[in-house]
Amino acid sequence: MSDTKDAPSAAPIELVAFRIGAQEYCVDIMAVREIRGWTPATTLPHAPAFVQGVINLRGAVLPIVDLSARLGLGAAAPTERHVTIVVQIAEQVVGLLVDAVSDILTVTPDQMRVTPDVASETTRQFVKGVFAMEGRMISLIELDQVLPQDQREAA
Amino acid sequence: MTQTVLTVDDSRTMRDMLRVTLEESGYRVIQAADGLLGLEALKGERPDVIVTDINMPNLDGFGFIEAVRKDGRLAGVPILVLTTESDAALKNRARAAGATGWITKPFEQTRLVDVVRRVAA
Amino acid sequence: MSSDALAQLRQTFFEECDEQLAELESGLLQMQDGATDSETVNAVFRAVHSVKGGAGAFKLTTLVSFAHVFETALDEIRSDKLEAGPSLMKAMLRASDVLADLVSAARNGDDVDAALWRGLADEIAGFCGKEKAAPVSAAAPAGFTPEPLAFTPQPLAFTPQPMAFTPQPMALPSLTPAPAAEDAQAGGGLRILFRPRIELYEKANDAVVLLRELERLGAMRVTCDLSEVPPLDALDPHGACLGFDIRLVTDRDEQAVREVFEFCEEDCDLVIRREAAPAAEAAAAPDPAAILNALRPAPKDTPADPPAAAPAAGNPAEPQAADKTAAKPADPARAAEEAAAQRAAATPAPATIRVDLDRVDRLINLVGELVINQAMLAQAVQGADGARDPAVSGGLDELDQLTREIQESVMAIRAQPLKPLFQRMSRIVREVADATGKKVRLITDGEWTEVDKTVVERLADPLTHMIRNAIDHGLEKPADRLAAGKPEEGVVRLSAAHRSGRVVIQISDDGAGVNREKVRAIAVGKGLVAADAQLSESDIDNLIFLPGFSTTEKISAISGRGVGMDVVKRSIHALSGRIFLKSRRGQGSEFTLSLPLTLAVLDGMVVTVDGQTLVAPLSAIVETMSLDAGRLRAFGASNAVIADRDGFVPIIDTAAELGFRAHRRVEGGDKGVALLVESEGGGRSALVVDAIQDQRQVVIKSLETNYGRVPGVAAATILGDGRVALILDVDALVARARGAATEPLLAAAG
Repeated sequence: MSDTKDAPSAAPIELVAFRIGAQEYCVDIMAVREIRGWTPATTLPHAPAFVQGVINLRGAVLPIVDLSARLGLGAAAPTERHVTIVVQIAEQVVGLLVDAVSDILTVTPDQMRVTPDVASETTRQFVKGVFAMEGRMISLIELDQVLPQDQREAA
Repeated sequence: MTQTVLTVDDSRTMRDMLRVTLEESGYRVIQAADGLLGLEALKGERPDVIVTDINMPNLDGFGFIEAVRKDGRLAGVPILVLTTESDAALKNRARAAGATGWITKPFEQTRLVDVVRRVAA
Repeated sequence: MSSDALAQLRQTFFEECDEQLAELESGLLQMQDGATDSETVNAVFRAVHSVKGGAGAFKLTTLVSFAHVFETALDEIRSDKLEAGPSLMKAMLRASDVLADLVSAARNGDDVDAALWRGLADEIAGFCGKEKAAPVSAAAPAGFTPEPLAFTPQPLAFTPQPMAFTPQPMALPSLTPAPAAEDAQAGGGLRILFRPRIELYEKANDAVVLLRELERLGAMRVTCDLSEVPPLDALDPHGACLGFDIRLVTDRDEQAVREVFEFCEEDCDLVIRREAAPAAEAAAAPDPAAILNALRPAPKDTPADPPAAAPAAGNPAEPQAADKTAAKPADPARAAEEAAAQRAAATPAPATIRVDLDRVDRLINLVGELVINQAMLAQAVQGADGARDPAVSGGLDELDQLTREIQESVMAIRAQPLKPLFQRMSRIVREVADATGKKVRLITDGEWTEVDKTVVERLADPLTHMIRNAIDHGLEKPADRLAAGKPEEGVVRLSAAHRSGRVVIQISDDGAGVNREKVRAIAVGKGLVAADAQLSESDIDNLIFLPGFSTTEKISAISGRGVGMDVVKRSIHALSGRIFLKSRRGQGSEFTLSLPLTLAVLDGMVVTVDGQTLVAPLSAIVETMSLDAGRLRAFGASNAVIADRDGFVPIIDTAAELGFRAHRRVEGGDKGVALLVESEGGGRSALVVDAIQDQRQVVIKSLETNYGRVPGVAAATILGDGRVALILDVDALVARARGAATEPLLAAAG
C-alpha cells in the first residue's frame, strides 16, 4: 500500500448537495449550469411521469425532470419553494426539480463509498456512490441515466 | 522593407492562390478583379510588382498593361502576366503591350515567388 | 502552403466553379437564342477558362483536358474562326452539363468514366477542324542569333559629372574582382556580353536586377562599356546606352544563365559563351560604385512627364483582344472606363459581402429572442396596467414596429433568389427531353424571387421530380402533339412570385393533362379508393398524391425511381407548404406550391386544449367551425363526424390524442371549436380544441435540442407570457388518430 497518493485520486471535486424529501443527493458541480427557482412547466404529451414538462430558459426550451419521481421516491407536487438545478448532460441541457439545495461540498474521489446493498434497484441505477460526512449520507447522482432512454442522444 | 504586389485576376480562386503564396513569402498583396479595378487600385498605390491575368471582363490584361505603361508615374514597375501553357502568341502580345515577364498557369508556388523576386527591384 | 490554406483554396475553387458553371450555361443559352455580341461570347469563354485554370492548379487532369477542348472551341468562336451554329451550340450545352458533372466528381473525389466525356470532347474538337485538340506546342525560341559584338571594354577612367538625377547606390558586395588565380581555372568560366535596348527598360526590366540575378549563379566580374554613352548634356536618362561585359565563374550551365535573361532576350543584344577567364586582368579594377551610378537611371526620380520615347505599343496590325477594350483610342483606360460605365448602368451589380452562415444563424436566433422578449414586455406592461400611460403604450408600439422590421430585415439576409434552382431545372429539362425523345422548351419567370436558403435547398428534389413528371407523363410525343393540333415543341413553365406573405411557385405544362380514367382505375386497382366512390375531377387529380400511387406500370428511369408524388407532397408539407394540382384534359396540368418565406417563424393559431396553450400552424388549417349540434353526427362506438361543405369529416379529440385526458365523444353544443385541417394522405379532419386565443406569428424553437421527438408535436415556441407553448404536428396527429402510424412516430415511441 502506497503512502503517497497519486494526484488524480487526491484532486478535490466540488459537489452541489440537495434534498429530496428527507434524503440528500448531490451532483458534480462541473455539470451544473445554474440554479433557479421553480417555474411552471408546459406539459409534454405522452411523456413519462417523471418528465414534468418544458420551461423557457432565456429562449431555450428545457425539459424538467422530477428527480423524486425518477429516483422512485414518489412524484413531487412542485411548489414555488422547489428548486430547479440546470445541468448539462452530454449535449443536452436539462432541469432537475428538487426540494432545496443544501450546500456545496468539497470532497476527494477516494472519499466515495460504494452504494449500500439495501438501496432499491431504481436507486442503484441512478446513484454512482455515496459520501459520508458529519453523519449525513449524500448519494452522487449518475446524470447520464436521468433522461428517458429514448430521448438520450446516441452515445 | 516589405514589398507590395498588385495581383489582377477575375478568378477568385486564382486571386486567393496568389495572395496566399505571396503573403507567405513576406509580400504585401493588394488585389483587383479586372483591369479597370486594377487601374483604380493603382491610383493610390505604387506596387513593386504587378501580376495580371489576361482574360478578364471590363478591361483585359492587354488593355491593362498598355494603360499602366502609358502612366509615367508607374514607369519601371515590372508587370508579370499569367499565361496558360506556353502560348507564344499570347506572350508576345503581352510583351508588345509592355509586360516585363510571364508566369505560366498553373504555377508552382516557388516559381511564382522566384519570378516576382527576380523582377522586383 | 499549409494544408488548411490549401483546403480553403480548394473550397473557394469549387464555389467559384458553381458560379462559373451558372454563368456558362446562362451565356450559352443566350448564344443559342442568337446572341452573338462579343461580351456574351467572351463571358462564356472566361467561365470555362477560369474553371480550367483553377483545375490545373489542383491537378484535376480530367477536368483540365475536357475544359481545354471546350475552351479551344469557344476561343475559335470568339475570334470568329468558328460559327456558333445550332448543332455546335447543342453540343456546347451538353458540354456545359458534362463539365458540371466533372466538377462534381472532382469535388467528391470520384472516378469518372471516360465514356462520359471523351465522345463529346472529340465531337467538339471535330468542330474545330482538328482530330483531337493538339496540345499547344512549346513556344519557339525567340529566333535570336547572337552576333559577336565587336567592342572592346574600356577600363573606366573618367570623372563622373554631376547629372540631373540622383544615383541610387546599391549594395552588391561581391562585385569585386576575383583573384587572378581562380580565373585561371577554365572550367566554370562564362563570358556574357549584354547590351540592353530601350525596350528592355520600357518593360520595366532592369539591368541592375538582371546582374543581381546573375550574381546568384556564381562569382562575377562586370565591366561596363560606356562607348555609346553620349555627352552628358545629350544624355537621355531613359535611353539605353550601356553595355556590359560579364565574366561569370559558375558551375551552372549556359541554360541557367540564359534563363536569367528569359524575359528580355528579345530586347537586348546578348551573347553567352564559354570562355576561360584571362589569366591576368588589367590592374585597373573598376570601381563598383561608379559602375552602379552609371547603371541606374533612377526612374523614380525622373520628372513627372512620361518618357519621351514612346513605349513600343505593339504591332498595330494585331487585332485587340475584345472590342470592348476600345482598342486604339488615345486613352484606352478612359474609353474602357466609359464602356464599363455604360455596362454598369445597364446591369448594376449590387455590392455584396460574403458572410459565414453560422453568424447569420446566430443573428437570426438573437432576433428571435428579441421578438419574444418584446412580446413578453408588452404583456407584462399590459398586466401591470402600464399601458394606460400614453408614453409607455406609444413606446411599446414603436418597439413592436421596430422589432418587426428588424426581424424582416434579418430574415431577408438568408433569402436567396430561386435563380440557381431554376437553372438546374433547365438542365433537367434538356436531359429528360433527350431521354424521352420529346421536344421541350422551358420558360422561367420570377427567378429572382427570393426564398429562405433552407427552403431553396429543400425544393430541389420536389421540383426536379415534378419537372421530370411533366415531361415524361404530361407532354405528348412530338407526333402526337402535331396530331392534336399543338406545336411540336411542348412548353414547361416554371414561375415564382411573392403573394400575401408566401412564395407561390407554379409548374405547368401544355401536355395532355391528367388522364382521369387511368388515374381512377389505378387508384381503385391499388385499393386506395373504393370502386364506387363518388369523386369530383379535382378529387381524382389529387389521387396521385396518395402514397403507393404510380402511373407507370414499369419503373422508368426518368421519373419512376420509386418516388411518387406522395413524397413530393410530404416534402412540401415538411416545409410548411401546400401543393395543389389543376388539370385540363388535352390542355395540360399546373402544380401550385405555396411556401412560407422562412422556416424560423410560423404563422400560427394559438389555441387552448384541455387548459393548455398550443399553437396550430395556420398553413394546415382550412377553416374553423363551431360545434353546432346540427353539424355533428355520432359515428361508431365513440367517435363523431362533422359536416363540411363536401361531406362529413372525422372529428379528432385533440386533448385525448395528446394524452392530456381520456377520450370523450364530442357532442353537439359542446364548448369548443373544430379546426378543419387538410393533411397529406389523410384527407380532411377536424381537430377539436377548447378555444381559439388568437392568431400570430411565432418564433420556432426546437424541442429536440434538449429533449427529443414528441409524437404529435413539431416544435415549441415561447409566448408573450414567457411560457413554452407546443406547436402541433398536424399531419402526425391526424395519422396517429386514424391509426396509421407514420415512421417517425414509431421511432420516437418509448
